[in-house]
Amino acid sequence: MRSKASLGLKLAALGTLLFLHIPLLIIFLYAFTTDEATYTFPLPGVTTRWFGETLGRTDLWAALTLSLKVATVATLAALILGTLAAAAVYRSRFFGRDAVSFLLVLPIALPGIVTGIALRSAIGSLDIPFSFWTIVIGHATFCVVTVYNNVLARFRRTSGSLIEASMDLGANAFQTFRHVVLPNIATALLAGGMLAFALSFDEVIVTTFTAGQQTTLPIWIFSQLTRPRDRPVTNVVALFVIAITVIPIFLAQRLTAESSDTGGG
Amino acid sequence: MSDHSAVIFERVSRHFGEVKAVDEVDLEIKGGEFFSLLGPSGSGKTTCLRLIAGFDRPTFGRILLYRQDVSTLPPYERDVNTVFQDYALFPHMTVGENIAYGLMVRKAPKEQRQRRVDEMLDLVQLSGMAGRKPSQLSGGQRQRVALARALINNPKVLLLDEPLGALDLKLRQQMQVELKAIQKRVGITFVFVTHDQEEALTMSDRIAVFNKGKIEQVGSPAEIYEHPATAFVAGFVGVSNLVGGDLAKRMTGSESRFSIRPEKIHLQKPDEDTVPGQIVADGIVRDVIYLGLYTRYLVELTGGGDLVVVEQNLETTSMDVLAARGQRVRVAWAKEHMRQIGG
Repeated sequence: MRSKASLGLKLAALGTLLFLHIPLLIIFLYAFTTDEATYTFPLPGVTTRWFGETLGRTDLWAALTLSLKVATVATLAALILGTLAAAAVYRSRFFGRDAVSFLLVLPIALPGIVTGIALRSAIGSLDIPFSFWTIVIGHATFCVVTVYNNVLARFRRTSGSLIEASMDLGANAFQTFRHVVLPNIATALLAGGMLAFALSFDEVIVTTFTAGQQTTLPIWIFSQLTRPRDRPVTNVVALFVIAITVIPIFLAQRLTAESSDTGGG
Repeated sequence: MSDHSAVIFERVSRHFGEVKAVDEVDLEIKGGEFFSLLGPSGSGKTTCLRLIAGFDRPTFGRILLYRQDVSTLPPYERDVNTVFQDYALFPHMTVGENIAYGLMVRKAPKEQRQRRVDEMLDLVQLSGMAGRKPSQLSGGQRQRVALARALINNPKVLLLDEPLGALDLKLRQQMQVELKAIQKRVGITFVFVTHDQEEALTMSDRIAVFNKGKIEQVGSPAEIYEHPATAFVAGFVGVSNLVGGDLAKRMTGSESRFSIRPEKIHLQKPDEDTVPGQIVADGIVRDVIYLGLYTRYLVELTGGGDLVVVEQNLETTSMDVLAARGQRVRVAWAKEHMRQIGG
């Protein structure tokens, strides 16, 4: 039996929630303000014209398209590389296995600024021109980790004899992957993939070093701080980003929670 | 080697680095028999099973399945199927899909799959369970699904890797009888790995006793129990008293080692007349363990050495047998129950 939370605990929880979410509320509020240059409170007036204004901004649309493309490609690369790495580390014992595992996880623990500088000097010394692909490579460094961790955890929870059982019953390697391995890691891939997508979509630091003159959505929003034009447009964009990212995070949580009951078999 | 040999090992070895898990094993399993690989953990019995299944390859030697050399074939090209110790049911599939898996990957037509799944469910007494998920089944039911799944392809040989290990005693005994009945019905060669000597004696047509990567003895349960070939077999299968050296010389006039089963020894009063020709010795009852159906005594012989003696409680009560502790007794047994043991 769980005892009821005390009043103090309830207040503390409420305080934490407010602390976390009041800033989001402010963003929401100023998306409707009539004042286009500064944020004043209370709002001088309420309008929805910034929503229409946002639709017409081509620089914004270009940034959004680039961000979506980068996130998609980086996530796909992460799904393939992360799964392969997890399979290698789980299935076989080789010299330096723990070191490989450590090196794979390192980029997400390292400050982005370090990864960024490292990539920038690599790109510079190899004379690679900045392009869509330099951004993707930068993002892949930390996207691979999220998939790798999720898939490896799932491999460790599933019984090793499942693969042997499949081969024993006449399935070749491809059939075993399609009918046994993939269904068992599907939710881990989805969760890892969504997290990778979200990480890539709002990445600023590494992108700054690998994008050159290109503008992704987070960099576009960042630039609005210093060169504001129709300030509330940024709020409208932020609002959409919140709406879009809340859905996959909610789904990812549901998926991993559900499968933790049944993963063992 | 006869034509109906199901499995033949020709000087098969499997080394893991310095460890010889299987050491030059020769073995012949006949078609249609229930054959057990019995031994303690680490004795090489499971490695032998994995070599037959194809999950592992021999370091040296050849393995033949119905006269075909399969030593280098992958598992999916061998006509054998396995029931795994942890059952290895696919958690994302229903019971029906699990059982049909072997036919599905071979692209058998839908109607045939459906018909065979129903037959298999019937065979293992799980009719109507096809729609359940493995997580909704009890341990015994999972065991049956694993069996049905392994039998659906009509393998030439079915391999069972300690399949009853996870079940409680009652269920295990019930499954032993049932497995044997199913084997008779389908007529497939069963190769059964176990460390439980009682289980092996109950179910097998023949048993191979493994120790340290080698086979100590192959024979029927009665042969193994009554004529253990080595000291290891005598000790591992059932309980045996091993007597050798001076003690043996005092009793039999020869130093050569022999084994005597505890149930073949009789306890007598020290002054009681002995049957001529029996081996007798005097001693003191050091310990008495009352086990309901029978009582186990530990007798310390005069001049050194211990013997375990088991007597059924046909007319005695627990009070009677426990009173024997510390008493002087005479032990006696007929010569024909002794087995000379080499090594």
